Amino acid sequence: MNKIVSKEYFSANVVKFEVEAPLIAKSRKAGHFVMVKVGEKGERIPLTIADADLQKGTITLVVQKMGVSSSKLCALNEGDFITDMVGPLGKATHIENFGTVICACGGVGTAPMLPIVAALKKAGNKVISVIAARNKDLIILEDHMRQYSDELIVMTDDGSYGTKGLVTNGVEAVINREKVNLCVTIGPAIMMKFVSLLTKKYEVPTLASLNTIMVDGTGMCGACRVSVGGKTKFVCVDGPEFDAHLVDFDEMLMRLGGYKDIEREEMEKMQCASGVNK
Amino acid sequence: MNITEERAQEWRADLRSAIKAKDRTNMPRVHMPELDAEYRSHTRLEEVNLGLTAEMAMEEAKRCLDCANPTCMEGCPVGIYIPKFVKQIEIGDFQGAAKTLKQTSALPAVCGRVCPQEKQCDAQCIHTKMKKDAVAIGHLERFAADFERESGIISIPEVAAPNGLKIAVVGSGPAGLSFAGDMAKLGYDVTVYEALHEIGGVLKYGIPEFRLPNAIVDVEIENLRSMGVKFFNNCVIGRTITIEDLKEEGFKGVFVASGAGLPRFMNIKGENLVGVMSSNEYLTRVNLMDAANPESDTPVFLGKKVAIIGGGNTAMDSVRTARRLGAERAIIAYRRSEEEMPARLEEVKHAKEEGIEFMTLRNPIEFIGNEQGRVTHMILQVMELGEPDASGRRSPVEVPGKTETIEVDEVVVSVGVSPNPLIPQSVIGLQVTKWGTIVVNNDTMQTDIPMIFAGGDIVRGGATVILAMGDGRKAAKSMDDARSSRTATWPLAPLGSRQIMGTRMRPW
Repeated sequence: MNKIVSKEYFSANVVKFEVEAPLIAKSRKAGHFVMVKVGEKGERIPLTIADADLQKGTITLVVQKMGVSSSKLCALNEGDFITDMVGPLGKATHIENFGTVICACGGVGTAPMLPIVAALKKAGNKVISVIAARNKDLIILEDHMRQYSDELIVMTDDGSYGTKGLVTNGVEAVINREKVNLCVTIGPAIMMKFVSLLTKKYEVPTLASLNTIMVDGTGMCGACRVSVGGKTKFVCVDGPEFDAHLVDFDEMLMRLGGYKDIEREEMEKMQCASGVNK
Repeated sequence: MNITEERAQEWRADLRSAIKAKDRTNMPRVHMPELDAEYRSHTRLEEVNLGLTAEMAMEEAKRCLDCANPTCMEGCPVGIYIPKFVKQIEIGDFQGAAKTLKQTSALPAVCGRVCPQEKQCDAQCIHTKMKKDAVAIGHLERFAADFERESGIISIPEVAAPNGLKIAVVGSGPAGLSFAGDMAKLGYDVTVYEALHEIGGVLKYGIPEFRLPNAIVDVEIENLRSMGVKFFNNCVIGRTITIEDLKEEGFKGVFVASGAGLPRFMNIKGENLVGVMSSNEYLTRVNLMDAANPESDTPVFLGKKVAIIGGGNTAMDSVRTARRLGAERAIIAYRRSEEEMPARLEEVKHAKEEGIEFMTLRNPIEFIGNEQGRVTHMILQVMELGEPDASGRRSPVEVPGKTETIEVDEVVVSVGVSPNPLIPQSVIGLQVTKWGTIVVNNDTMQTDIPMIFAGGDIVRGGATVILAMGDGRKAAKSMDDARSSRTATWPLAPLGSRQIMGTRMRPW
């Protein structure tokens, strides 16, 4: 049981939680994730750790309401308990002074990018962050990202804030302007696929942090498997970060959609039960 | 009292002379009552084996000759005092029988259900040597454990005075629980760390309800709690806290029983299609996450044409689960013949009764999917048996050009697992084999790091509940010996020379 010490809405569907987890706060590094389960009959879902406060013994999670489990989590309030939480899991991001690094993130992917940006900056890199969202309301953590970035570029699909365009437009502009040694990308799979295609064209080494379906998250079930360079890898223990140019994003997208029909039915059931549709 | 003195006790001697040995050997073996096969193939949770009645158990116990040299005990990895508990059943002292079981086994109700007795105690029974049916030792074990549990009067094994020494256990599966029970009895302060949210390891996530109800596992865990064992769930040793942290907190010894890990796949085309999954994933969804229960948030595919690849117990558990979840065709595809199947005979028999189709000498070579990426077909290579391979079984050889394509909407790959990589990844200096199993001294279960012992699937690769429990017992004994003998300093020093325990993965 982990107590929620604070809850903040970034937007209607994106919630930031600070959760009591002193052991995880102490041992986590940039790139690590936790498995979270809400309720006795809850599902185990992976969430990347966005931040930690050693003094308070808390970790920060940013959650987007998507399906049943994330909605149940988002419905919890300050003072409530998360039934089960375990971590930190996965391999930490490899941090060194690469030179100039682009951190390209979309939507809620900005949250797990934050500790990576901070660590890269601390290691002496020139960090250029590109954060993208559909519109102004969905841009999160802008100030935090700015704090650790040498330059911050904001992109919105509708042009309601920053520059109008996709994350790839922002990344391409930087690559055309100066020498980039590494790109790190976190966001929806489809976004990472296109960032990867772009950086491959320009031969910029790229890491993608993958968020696949997991059941145990500790290297037991294999639900999270992805093809990387033609080999099957497990995101939970071999990742979550991989060489984006080797990841089979189409297969990953296909596998992510595997439970879509069941999930839709479950969401409808839940909305009926809670009276949302009435 | 040693077993010879126990056997010489008056009540045992009287009992032996009450019925002639010849009459005992001529009695037929009891049949375990079972749930009707058609009914049970559609019920998700009900146990298949129903257990013996008191009359049946007492009758079966008469068949045991109470041998002077009870070879059955040699067949038991945890050394249960078999003749004693069987004779206690014969005289109707069921509570006493349960106590006897608990002297050496932390999980009698579990072992009575899932142990392969036919390869262990039963195989060594004098009846077997006389070409007759062995005494149904496992059925009797289950009876005594169930009787005690259902009576509500549950005995707690005697626990020695606390010695103040803190011992950590990594993993709460059969090896960890067995070790924890023995160490608690010896007076150690034992804490078990479990990565999942439930205690019990494979007993919870792996073995289905119809073979081993979770409620029964929970009672055995409660017993360990009553003996002073502490449990800490949602904690990954090596991640949440490290073995170094444990040392700093004053732990003097660690037993690593982190179990099986990464499922193995066949690396064939289409294996990552939606609807193709490992048996670990399938069983974890259904058993641990209760995914087939409408109340559960975890989804599971309810396939109508389900194929399970493999011939082990896990494959049988998966295929019988699929059948119970509504599969019209539930198929075992196995590349060897039925004779080479590693699954227990009882599981194969039960599966057949439940309408499972066995496609033997069939090796999948490709999965085909539709435009959504969902599996729809499977191509099987027809095989025939060739020369014996390293495992002693005749190896399957392709019949050139002969393939079959069958329709499937769900595939469960059950061809083995690799050990869990988390501990070997995080403990510097721990020696592992090329298969990822931890290297231990065969006699003591000690690793290269003197304070760390290991057992179960993390050492063996993939074995049974009872072999894991045997490792736990052996490790507890040698860890305690190292301390009490004082020949070694405490914290522990290396015990004897190192040998690599047989850890080769068995080819499926």
